[in-house]
Amino acid sequence: MENLVYLFAAYAVFWVLTFAFVFRIARRQRSLQREIEALKRALEARQESWF
Amino acid sequence: MISKNHRLSDFLTWASAIAIMVALYMVFVYAPTERTMGHVQRIFYFHVSTAWVGFFAFFVTLVASMAYLGKGTRQWDIVALSSVEVGLTFITMTIVTGSIWAKVAWNVWWTWDPRLTTSTILWLIYASYLMLRSAIEEEARRARFAAVHGIVGFVSVPITFMAIRWWRTIHPVIFESQGFNLTTPMLTTLLFCIGAFTLLYFALLVHRVRLEQLADEVEQLKHKLGR
Repeated sequence: MENLVYLFAAYAVFWVLTFAFVFRIARRQRSLQREIEALKRALEARQESWF
Repeated sequence: MISKNHRLSDFLTWASAIAIMVALYMVFVYAPTERTMGHVQRIFYFHVSTAWVGFFAFFVTLVASMAYLGKGTRQWDIVALSSVEVGLTFITMTIVTGSIWAKVAWNVWWTWDPRLTTSTILWLIYASYLMLRSAIEEEARRARFAAVHGIVGFVSVPITFMAIRWWRTIHPVIFESQGFNLTTPMLTTLLFCIGAFTLLYFALLVHRVRLEQLADEVEQLKHKLGR
């Protein structure tokens, strides 16, 4: 029964690392998408000011 | 093209999530309990699968690195980098779950067995791949150096795989030339887990590649704005 702690720990390592990887990618993707939107708006505003 | 990529990444994400759930069912319900080690032997299914994904990811890096050196296309550099990040995450899982298993089987968390030693070297080689990339500013030079690292570093993969066959070791050998040292339900579970983890690898790879493409888009827009 004591060994179940090790089994739990091993599977916990898998889930924690998988979620950490996915969470990191998702957070960075959201941040980059926001940045792209802001840059596109800035680019459009600049083009409008030229005309 | 973008919506096609989104559909592919959505499909891979859902398919891998379902496959991992089925794999968990097989590991904890379908596979029989091993006679000597008991329930803790079930660590083995995810331990071997994560090792497989790690090796496969580094193989993809090898191919992408060679393609980059041949064609000089940024896309291949992105694939090589993304695959190293995914592979390193999975090799970390392999080493940590192996260490937990070792505590039960060998009564030590760590020993400098050939397989454990070569795995550590493998981990360090690919960690240094990421360090090398972060140390070089110029994009083309960084990609070229990283590609060479990705090709040369792959030598450590077959050495790690063969370590338990070439040298005296206490690490179990599952895949032998005579066959598998497993019962049929155990082997079925292991093969299913390997398949599920391969799907998960592709799902993570596609998302990681997309991330790098977005970063490139940001750089291009900044360039247009003169920032």
